[in-house]
Amino acid sequence: MIEANLPAMFVVSYISVALLIVLAGVRVKQSAQPLATMGALVAALLSFVGWVVVQAHTDAGFPATRYGFGGWAPPIGIEFVLDGLSAFFLMVVNGVAAVVLWHSAGNIDKHLDAHPPTFYALATLFLLGLNGMILTGDLFNLYVFLEISSLSSYALIAIGSRQAPLAAFRYLILGTVGGTLYLIGVGFMYAMTGTLNMIDMMAIIPLIAQEPGVLVALLLMIIGIGVKAALFPLYGWLPESYTQTNSISSALIAPIGTKVAAYVMIRILLYVFGATELNAVWPLSDAIALLAGAGILFGSVMAILQKNLKRMLAFSSISQIGYILMGVALMNPLAFAGALFHVLNHALMKATLFMVSSHLERQEGSVDIRDFNDSYRVKYPWSMATFTLAAISMIGLPPMAGFFSKWMLALGTIEAGHWILFGVILSSSLLNAVYFFGILEKVYLRRSGQKEASKHPMNEVSWGMRLPALMLALTLLVFGFINAPILEVLQSLFPT
Amino acid sequence: MMVQSEFIPLLAVLVSLFAIPLIALSSNRPNLREAWTFIAALIKFGLVVSLIPGALQGETVGGALFEIAPGLPFELEADPLGVFFALIASGLWIFTSAYSIGYMRGNSEVKQTRFFAAFAMSLSSTIGVAFAGNLFTFIVFYEILTLSTYPLVVHKESDAAIQAARKYLTYTLTAGLLLVAGAALLYMETGTLDFEAGGLAALTTSTLSTGKLWVIFILMFIGVGVKAGVMPLHSWLPSAMAAPTPVSSLLHAVAVVKSGVFGVLRVSGFVFGFGVLQQIGADVLMMVLSAFTLTVASFLAFKQDNLKRRLAYSTVGHLSYIVLGVSLMTMSGVLGSVLHIAAHATMKITLFFCAGAIYVNLHKDSISQLDGAAKVMPWTFAAFTIGAMGLTGIPPINGFFSKWTLALGTIEAAQWIPLGLLILSGLMNAGYFFPIVARAYFKPGGQDLEGHGEANPWMVVPLVSTALLSVIFGLFPNAFVHILDLATVIMEQIFHSGGSL
Repeated sequence: MIEANLPAMFVVSYISVALLIVLAGVRVKQSAQPLATMGALVAALLSFVGWVVVQAHTDAGFPATRYGFGGWAPPIGIEFVLDGLSAFFLMVVNGVAAVVLWHSAGNIDKHLDAHPPTFYALATLFLLGLNGMILTGDLFNLYVFLEISSLSSYALIAIGSRQAPLAAFRYLILGTVGGTLYLIGVGFMYAMTGTLNMIDMMAIIPLIAQEPGVLVALLLMIIGIGVKAALFPLYGWLPESYTQTNSISSALIAPIGTKVAAYVMIRILLYVFGATELNAVWPLSDAIALLAGAGILFGSVMAILQKNLKRMLAFSSISQIGYILMGVALMNPLAFAGALFHVLNHALMKATLFMVSSHLERQEGSVDIRDFNDSYRVKYPWSMATFTLAAISMIGLPPMAGFFSKWMLALGTIEAGHWILFGVILSSSLLNAVYFFGILEKVYLRRSGQKEASKHPMNEVSWGMRLPALMLALTLLVFGFINAPILEVLQSLFPT
Repeated sequence: MMVQSEFIPLLAVLVSLFAIPLIALSSNRPNLREAWTFIAALIKFGLVVSLIPGALQGETVGGALFEIAPGLPFELEADPLGVFFALIASGLWIFTSAYSIGYMRGNSEVKQTRFFAAFAMSLSSTIGVAFAGNLFTFIVFYEILTLSTYPLVVHKESDAAIQAARKYLTYTLTAGLLLVAGAALLYMETGTLDFEAGGLAALTTSTLSTGKLWVIFILMFIGVGVKAGVMPLHSWLPSAMAAPTPVSSLLHAVAVVKSGVFGVLRVSGFVFGFGVLQQIGADVLMMVLSAFTLTVASFLAFKQDNLKRRLAYSTVGHLSYIVLGVSLMTMSGVLGSVLHIAAHATMKITLFFCAGAIYVNLHKDSISQLDGAAKVMPWTFAAFTIGAMGLTGIPPINGFFSKWTLALGTIEAAQWIPLGLLILSGLMNAGYFFPIVARAYFKPGGQDLEGHGEANPWMVVPLVSTALLSVIFGLFPNAFVHILDLATVIMEQIFHSGGSL
């Protein structure tokens, strides 16, 4: 019963929670945060069940679980598909979201005095959209969920500093253009194939792969999704959005928002169009890989130049999403597993880093890197230790998890014989080291003026905020040690 | 309690790791805190010593623990070479621990808890480097070693220390990255990163082009060469002297830099194999660079008035003796290299101990200020003289025998220029060490020496002990821990298990 209906349950539970938050919020504003956290937690548990079920099915040689809404069989009806790839992304998205929402409890007073229910309802809808994008087996339906998540994220981003609405507006314009391009691409494909169902389309594409219309459609879809994924040079909306928005939204959106766009990229490039079909006709994946490589370097260099911690993390996101898209575009199992593992790692790392930045923003009122000094290590010992762990993982030093995704990506570039990208991966590690050690050096060593650092009283945030951040950082260490079995499963997800 | 012998390498790594929380928790009780360091050091040394009998039989203890990356096991194996390096690092840690107490307290250093914790971490990773059973495990510990020594280099938190630490990280992180790059390329070509005495069988039989072999070798050689201080990659080492002297003594004369030369031995003797390296001509590159380094470093040592910096340049030179010995790829050359790892360790640690004792006691760090200092610090300068004589290569100190064996190696390989440079550099060692000794003994001391006596026994006992060890190992190379026999076993393994000449 659960198994058969599992794909639909994610969306159903999120819709119910969103409604419940609004209704309950009328009377008890404080109920919003626990409800939203519960919603994400339920989804995270469902994802875990889904993962186990999918693994069992794969081992037994069963096909993916398909769920036709309203009993309508595809291609007429819309269907959800739960396979290894979608189960993996669901776990990452819902798991990280649950921790971030739990963490946000300590921060509500700072940002959301007036309207926590609205905020958490939006956050839940945002997650609903992401879950739908991951699960759907229908290209048009994907657009619908894309818009649900996008619209809620515009609103989530608009809550923040005075410039936040402007940043959100910019995102809205660019995001809408991206969404529209994607939709036009889907229109082309529908005109040529007569279906919107991904599995159907997969079977038809080899027959029409030579048609110029396919390339146009694919380009439109990639550019459209590329905007959402912040594929270089389509990242324009991202830095300001992450910087200006409130620190709950940035911790929620930054780790998982772009990942789901990357997921759509994987679905379309590797599954619907097919890794081999695609490259046999159009060398499109090379172009994406090079753009992603350029994004890695660009994001890292820009991150070094930033004076605001949140903006620095935003540029670092552009660089890290580059790793993921590059791994996808290299189209071999090693790079693919590295990219997926980096999805997981980067979600954990970015969530941790944005959480710590929210601690500083809350206590200090600003996250200007120039103000960091050794009083921070005394005032925020736990947060800074957490930051250090995540930073080491971002740089990619063993035994943190970040090292192993980069290792797999490096092996993938060698496998593909792509020496430029091999060099990019290595050099970007050093660039990461420059900006993260720059911060660590300030926090641990830079004199805070006349006053002896140890004279500062401890000024940490509540354990309710410290603990989730620390937990995620420690998870990175754990995943560093148990990465081999994870990577093996991820390699097996590469479509053959 | 009996311990399953295959877990001894793991335990030896973990001992000092477990000590870290204990050290941190006893932050307010310095005596207890230092007791943890001692207990960890003694247990670690005991564990390593228990591996010696097996190593003398050429045995390898331990094995793969789990898979750390797909296809790559996390492997801790104590082979003779690993035991040899671990023995030196863990044995000298005991002396350094005692010395650190005298130094840190005598100098009223701040943040001693962080210091001792980072020290324990560095030792854990050094032993990890020693016992790493494959290149991947080696890299993991190599990087942790970099990170855990960073707080030690930056300890004083002065601008100079911060600059030095930045330089240190830049060099070592870049090196680590190149090592990773080399490992990735090698793994994709051969499907293995294991260490095999005599070189990877997969590599000797493979059809890799010379160009690719060169690329992989260069990447790896730079990766380990930075920590081994091979010019032009050495300049972090003199800067790293900004660290407190116990760090310079154990880490920047023994553990960290020796993990670099140890890496050179691993990469050339256990990954590529001498046969492959000679075939592509990489031995020539190693020889040229190391011969250049050991000569130029000696010249540079002359110019330093700061005692620790002079010692640092001397270290750069002596590390290249070891690399040179490897590059000869003859039996005596390798034997001399391995012996010099041990000999240089006991001698150079003595000299650094002395430099630190002088600094704490007399507040002097320049050679030009040492006039007459031997009169007030007789034990310290006696030890210093022994160390200096040993490094110069005067019998019966252990430095003589390792240098002698290295010289034999150059003759075996018929490499006359390196032989000449070895002799020249020996003379220069005398040239930059003996003026210090002469100044301290024979020049009249200034007024400022009055009222000063010998340093605190916590410092004097360790430095006299390591000086004595240098003499004892010179007279009886197999005393206590069978250094010579171990070195012979290592040499035989490299040459007779598959490595063809």
